[in-house]
Amino acid sequence: MDWTLLLIQMLNGLQLGVLLFLLASGLTLVFGIMDFVNLAHGSFYMVGAFVCASLTFFTGNFLIGVILAIPVVALVGVITEKIVVQQLYARDHLDHVLATFGLILCFDTLVHMIWGAQGIAVPLPKWLDGQVELFGGIVFPTFRLLIIGTGLTIAFGLYYLVNHTRLGMLIRAGASNRTMVSALGVDIQLLFSLVFALGAVLAGLAGMLISPITEASIGMGNEIIITAFVVIIVGGIGSMKGAFIAAMIIGLIDTLGRSFLDDMFKVFMSAPAAETSAPAVSAMLIYILMAAILAVRPQGLFPPKVR
Amino acid sequence: MSDTPLNGATPRSSGLLSGWTATTWATAICLVLLAVVPPVSFYAGQPFHVDLATRLVCLSIAAVSLNLILGYGGMVSFGHAAFIGIGAYSVGIPAYHATYGEFDLIASYNGWFHIALALVVSAIFAAITGAISLRTRGVYFIMITMAFGQMVFFLFVSMETYGGDDGLTIDVRSELPLIDLDKPLQLYFLCYGSLLGALFIVHRMVNSRFGMAIQGAKGNELRMQSIGYNTYVYRLVAYIISGAMCGYAGFLLGNFTTFISPEMMDWTRSGELMFMVILGGAATLVGPILGAVAFILLEEILSGFTIYWHLPFGVLLILCVLFARGGLMGFVSQWGRRNG
Amino acid sequence: MAETILEVRDLSKSFGGVHATANVTLDVLHGETHAVIGPNGAGKTTLISQLSGDLKPDGGSISFKGRDITSLPAYQRSLTGMARSFQITSLLMGMSVLDNVSLAVQAHDGHSFRFWTPARKDRKLRDKAMQSLQVVGLQDRAGELAGALSHGERRQLEIAVALATEPQFMLLDEPMAGMGAEESARMVEMLSGLKGEKSILLVEHDMDAVFALADRISVLVYGQVIATGLPEEIRTNEKVRDAYLGEGDE
Repeated sequence: MDWTLLLIQMLNGLQLGVLLFLLASGLTLVFGIMDFVNLAHGSFYMVGAFVCASLTFFTGNFLIGVILAIPVVALVGVITEKIVVQQLYARDHLDHVLATFGLILCFDTLVHMIWGAQGIAVPLPKWLDGQVELFGGIVFPTFRLLIIGTGLTIAFGLYYLVNHTRLGMLIRAGASNRTMVSALGVDIQLLFSLVFALGAVLAGLAGMLISPITEASIGMGNEIIITAFVVIIVGGIGSMKGAFIAAMIIGLIDTLGRSFLDDMFKVFMSAPAAETSAPAVSAMLIYILMAAILAVRPQGLFPPKVR
Repeated sequence: MSDTPLNGATPRSSGLLSGWTATTWATAICLVLLAVVPPVSFYAGQPFHVDLATRLVCLSIAAVSLNLILGYGGMVSFGHAAFIGIGAYSVGIPAYHATYGEFDLIASYNGWFHIALALVVSAIFAAITGAISLRTRGVYFIMITMAFGQMVFFLFVSMETYGGDDGLTIDVRSELPLIDLDKPLQLYFLCYGSLLGALFIVHRMVNSRFGMAIQGAKGNELRMQSIGYNTYVYRLVAYIISGAMCGYAGFLLGNFTTFISPEMMDWTRSGELMFMVILGGAATLVGPILGAVAFILLEEILSGFTIYWHLPFGVLLILCVLFARGGLMGFVSQWGRRNG
Repeated sequence: MAETILEVRDLSKSFGGVHATANVTLDVLHGETHAVIGPNGAGKTTLISQLSGDLKPDGGSISFKGRDITSLPAYQRSLTGMARSFQITSLLMGMSVLDNVSLAVQAHDGHSFRFWTPARKDRKLRDKAMQSLQVVGLQDRAGELAGALSHGERRQLEIAVALATEPQFMLLDEPMAGMGAEESARMVEMLSGLKGEKSILLVEHDMDAVFALADRISVLVYGQVIATGLPEEIRTNEKVRDAYLGEGDE
């Protein structure tokens, strides 16, 4: 086996993993605290990518584009929460799903109206656009390393936020005991808006980070959101730790499956058979993993203690 | 979402038709219109209307099947489009091999074979995915069915032989005795007859002991278990029946479009099916059909005005969720109560 | 002396370190009405849920009619002749009163994989269901939606549903909860009509009702049975007075 390739693919898996974590952490926060299912979470991913693209062209610098795009996405998140989502907290999950499905159509069309039907490629500054040599002669794109670094930093930041700050305390309390939080005199409405905006920003950031690699395109959020769902199902809905671990597992398995499954299949079947079956199996790999985990643990790896 | 009582109180009848409720009227009008309008407009030189009606009726069958588990069984399945895809590829794949060789075992233009394949494969897929997803509740169930649906989507995307992403053209439609599916009206009436059949099956089923059991499990699962029901098994069987029925809808849709692609089982398609059910009125017999009619007509009308029609469409969907609980059938029965 | 119908041995259940049920040992005899009393939070509902199979115990055993049922799921316990009423009324509010009872009859009339014949026209189910409704006095309300019943009527319907499964043993979780004096009296009268015919484990706060109905009483405090005995023994038991009856006047 080619160890260099394996290591590179593992880094790629890690990069997919942190992106998935950025999306899944927002989903799981919003669900854990507000008991709200947001199908349109992927729309923030898309909006983030497009806003970042425009601001990058406007300012001429990707990093400034990202920094300016973050408050814009937060604003979009707050507006969405105020206009639509707030009306839905008292409703059941079916209503959440249906209404946010409508939201997706709105977001996709609004993006279409503002930016047109074509995708937008986002240019990187020179110093990010190259490759760096890591240990042992492994060469890896600088920007992908930056994504991994950013993602891990944010994961650590979220861990700190949830476990060591007053907001985090409220978040944890809100997840287990809503009436207690209101009894503490906390403006629950404000808390919900903040958390929703935080989730939107995390998803938006994931979109911004991926846009130089894939380009910003309509509907880009609709595909990855399902993978993010798989992540939080596997991790246990509402669990931040579960979201992180599951995101890493799913990112790695998906990436490694796509690149090495045919080689593995060739060990015990003919080459043509391996070449036809490997793509099919690797396309389904994370879902099979999900099914296997759920068959053993219907609540995911880290089910929230109080529900 | 429905506030239609399930008590099944039989209306007092004091003469022909006088016992009909507004709901029954809506059912009858809806079914008569579907029987009359397409042939009339076909002979009036508007074949496009027949196409529209055929698509509508196919999706209605799918919505009726979803209603069985979503409306009556309370199982919010977000992966139903996968069954449509399975049904459609049950026509496409055997036909492909019958035309281009290989896999003699399944190569066939025989419609009965296609139907059997659609039903059996859908049922097996439903049994496996249902067995896993029905162990979970609520939002887990929604997301898991969605994920399994997407799994089938990616499976067909990865199968290069059958066109992968680009889809597959069905060169020869299913061959059935007595009817020729290449004739639009014959195809339409096959679909229409199938819809009537599906409605009748669902009607009998929800009022049977089995139907009572799954409706009870929707209302309160813990209670049903404590009075002696193995709710898991009843739900699973309902899920399998619904999946097979939806697979049959896929068989029809494949024969209608003659072009099939993974896109028809994208999760957003499942979302549309759910909307048809809810929009029309979940847990009512013809609600899903009204929903499908409203959904598709709205789509046709709005898309005639602007390419950005998804925006008003999305807004309407949100408004429906916020303000029109009970769906169109809810309006009908309210109207009936006020004027009856 | 009658035989035991239910034997509970060392039943334990804890939630995050709190012992909701701690080594509970308890017998219910054939035809006996056995009341379990105890202050709020003593673990009475947790105990019932374990007996009915809605909760899995951490340790200990439950045997019913001489058969170990500790790991039997709720629906199978029901099929072996055990019925439960819920403390918080959990009827199918969107269905009619008769449907609610009829479903219970149906569950005990073979499997429900019957897809074609209308269940609401099934005389066998409907007649039996009406009989149960007559026992609790709801026969005139059969066509109403369960959701349209008053609180007291809903409690009665709970009992009717339990009765419709033709149990030998009933777990009643606070059947008088939230009832007025008059309704309670009627419920006591009805339950005393079942005495002897059914074995009953009754959890109840209303002490008048408990002393009117119970053959024996067990007192549960912090998940532990601190005393079991005849009503007179319990009334005079020092430990019980200290732990429970002494505090406040219920």
